Amino acid sequence: MGDHHHGPAKGLSRWLFTTNHKDIGTMYLWFSFAMFILGGSFAMIIRAELFQPGMQLVDPAFFNQMTTLHGLVMVFGAIMPSFVGLANWMIPMMIGAPDMALPRMNNWSFWILPPAFLILASTLFMEGGAPAFGWTFYAPLSTTYAPPSVTYFIFSIHVLGLSSIMGSINIIATVMNMRAPGMTYMKMPMFVWTWLITAFLLVAVMPVLAGAVTMMLMDIHFGTSFFSAAGGGDPVLFQHIFWFFGHPEVYIIILPAFGVVSQIIPAFSRKPLFGYDSMVYATAAIAFLSFVVWAHHMYTVGMPVAGELFFMYATMLIAVPTGVKVFNWVSTMWRGAMTFETPMLFAIGFLVLFTIGGFTGLMLSIAPADFQYHDSYFVVAHFHYVMVAGAVFSMSAAVYYWLPKWCGRMYNETMGKTHFWISFIGFNIAFFPQHFVGLAGMPRRIPDYALQFADFNMLSSIGAFIYGASQILFLYNVVATIVAGKPTSEEKTWDGAEGLEWTVATPAPYHTFETPPQVK
Amino acid sequence: MLRLNNNPVLDTVIKLVTTAVAMFAFVFVVMVPLYDVLCDALGINGKTSGEAYTAVQAGVDESRTITIQFVATNNESMPWEFGPSVTMMKVNPGASNDTVFLARNPLPQAMIAQAIPSVSPARAAAYFHKTECFCFNQQPLDGETATDMPLQFIVDRDLPQDIKTITLSYTLFDITDLVDGDVAAR
Ligand code: HEM
Ligand SMILES: [Cu+2]
Repeated sequence: MGDHHHGPAKGLSRWLFTTNHKDIGTMYLWFSFAMFILGGSFAMIIRAELFQPGMQLVDPAFFNQMTTLHGLVMVFGAIMPSFVGLANWMIPMMIGAPDMALPRMNNWSFWILPPAFLILASTLFMEGGAPAFGWTFYAPLSTTYAPPSVTYFIFSIHVLGLSSIMGSINIIATVMNMRAPGMTYMKMPMFVWTWLITAFLLVAVMPVLAGAVTMMLMDIHFGTSFFSAAGGGDPVLFQHIFWFFGHPEVYIIILPAFGVVSQIIPAFSRKPLFGYDSMVYATAAIAFLSFVVWAHHMYTVGMPVAGELFFMYATMLIAVPTGVKVFNWVSTMWRGAMTFETPMLFAIGFLVLFTIGGFTGLMLSIAPADFQYHDSYFVVAHFHYVMVAGAVFSMSAAVYYWLPKWCGRMYNETMGKTHFWISFIGFNIAFFPQHFVGLAGMPRRIPDYALQFADFNMLSSIGAFIYGASQILFLYNVVATIVAGKPTSEEKTWDGAEGLEWTVATPAPYHTFETPPQVK
Repeated sequence: MLRLNNNPVLDTVIKLVTTAVAMFAFVFVVMVPLYDVLCDALGINGKTSGEAYTAVQAGVDESRTITIQFVATNNESMPWEFGPSVTMMKVNPGASNDTVFLARNPLPQAMIAQAIPSVSPARAAAYFHKTECFCFNQQPLDGETATDMPLQFIVDRDLPQDIKTITLSYTLFDITDLVDGDVAAR
């Protein structure tokens, strides 16, 4: 496969001007890892401050900047771009296309990202400090009471939103128009399906986020009063708009992760994915329902009872398609000839921990109960189970799974497994106790806490440091593989793996599928 | 499916860009007005109607007495002295009641204020009708002068039986700097 008539350009210009989906995918992946480290170091500061009760290391204003930037950098800088990187690398290879449909726009959508985050990070050094109003930037905290740097924050949200929209348009255009002959929609790998649906979600809700920050900008600088009661506006309106974006956003984060796991579990169970069709429909159902559940984040704002009930039942309904997925993954493993290489370990870790996060989500969806749980550490525990053990674990799984294909070298399996176990243990030590302190009443986003929460918080911090440290091992393993891993030229790294990406040479040539393959 | 361009990729792109632009517009032209309409219609968020109520019902329900409490707050740095003339009234549903709020601008220069009402419990908002209210308009006041600001209201006879006390609170905002346009009208 893949005849090399021209390779990559040389030097820096290769990366600046590249329109090659593999190059761009690689840049996305490295960029998101850098953001993962940056956001992670913010988290380490948070956990160091919370190691003991009392104010030890940072002042409360800086603490708030840390929680805010941690959330923003992890969601928009680490998780989302990492999956876009994976999409760039894998989707053309999975559907038998030579490249993305819009290669030039692809280059742009990557290259506007680093400046956006540079601007966001630079707010730390501005007068008044970085944004300190939480990653959800509720008005009026983010308008009337915001530091001057909020304008830069708004600009960076606009730019990264634009990047996401361009990336999604590219993915949809690729999947709809560039599939190899015979690759019907219902033959597409699950990863392609979940990304197609995610991309539609992004096109629908990133503009809503842009609208929200535009309104903030207008309130702050142009005298409108969208969110200010003085001029007839309403701060609660902000929450509705934000969560109308925000809830689909959490599925934007998790659907590609579902896709990854749906590739990996069959490969290491040596069985086709159980219930492929129902997986596709479940994904679509989740995406559709995600538009009508946003107010489960706002049970306490004073909605009419009918509203509370509607959003409560709609939220619980999402558990049905999500349950279908978990059932299918478990059934895929059932009586499979399973082996437990690193990607599979991370996939199983995902499955177990994501399910716990789904259950706590169900607890939170009960409106009357949420009055107690809301804004407590219980919520923090919930969303870290779904976002870290969900999205980040599946991303680690993906890197180990496809790395040999990307660079033609095998990673160190022992080190990979060590990375998994340290991550798994560290993660649970960090976040499991947060369920308990949350139920016992510890609020989120505070730099100091009552004495009775001291032991569990120390445990949490220790777990967080362990989890953080394990990522250094991950980085080391990946770099060591790329530079000096054992070379492999097997087309199929994993004997149970299926899909077009395993039919091209290893390492994957710069250009693949210049003549489309025939899919039976 | 509808084809907008002969190049299939371009066709997809045109449709998606249109969707994204439409969703951006959706926030401003649908979500914001819809939110206001819903809050008004349902009387939620403690929002009372921004317009004068025309009394329709006849008859006062002498069998029930509702306690009305008045609360006044200044927003942020609003320097006016602002408060109700009486803090509490006992009224019958269906009857028209009058009271005034007192305001004084202690600064030398003229200022403009806007009062924003809120009713608690929020469920009562739809049954609390104002036939006249200083909150319907912006309130200009010369420097170092005081004024009485009138309020006339009727509690609806259909007020749910379990509600015995209603709190009406006003927050007074300084809108002097905003008023050059009709910003407050949004
Ligand atoms: C079974 C599925 C799920 C249900 C029923 C559910 C339910 C909820 C509810 C009710 C809340 C609001 C809690 C509160 O603030 O009081 C919440 C918060 C949250 N959920 Fe989930 N959730 C589910 C899955 C997910 C997934 C898959 C993700 C992301 C990958 C996610 C991310 C979040 C985040 C980030 C928050 C907190 C947002 C914040 O206030 O900062 N959830 N969830
Ligand atoms: Cu949600």
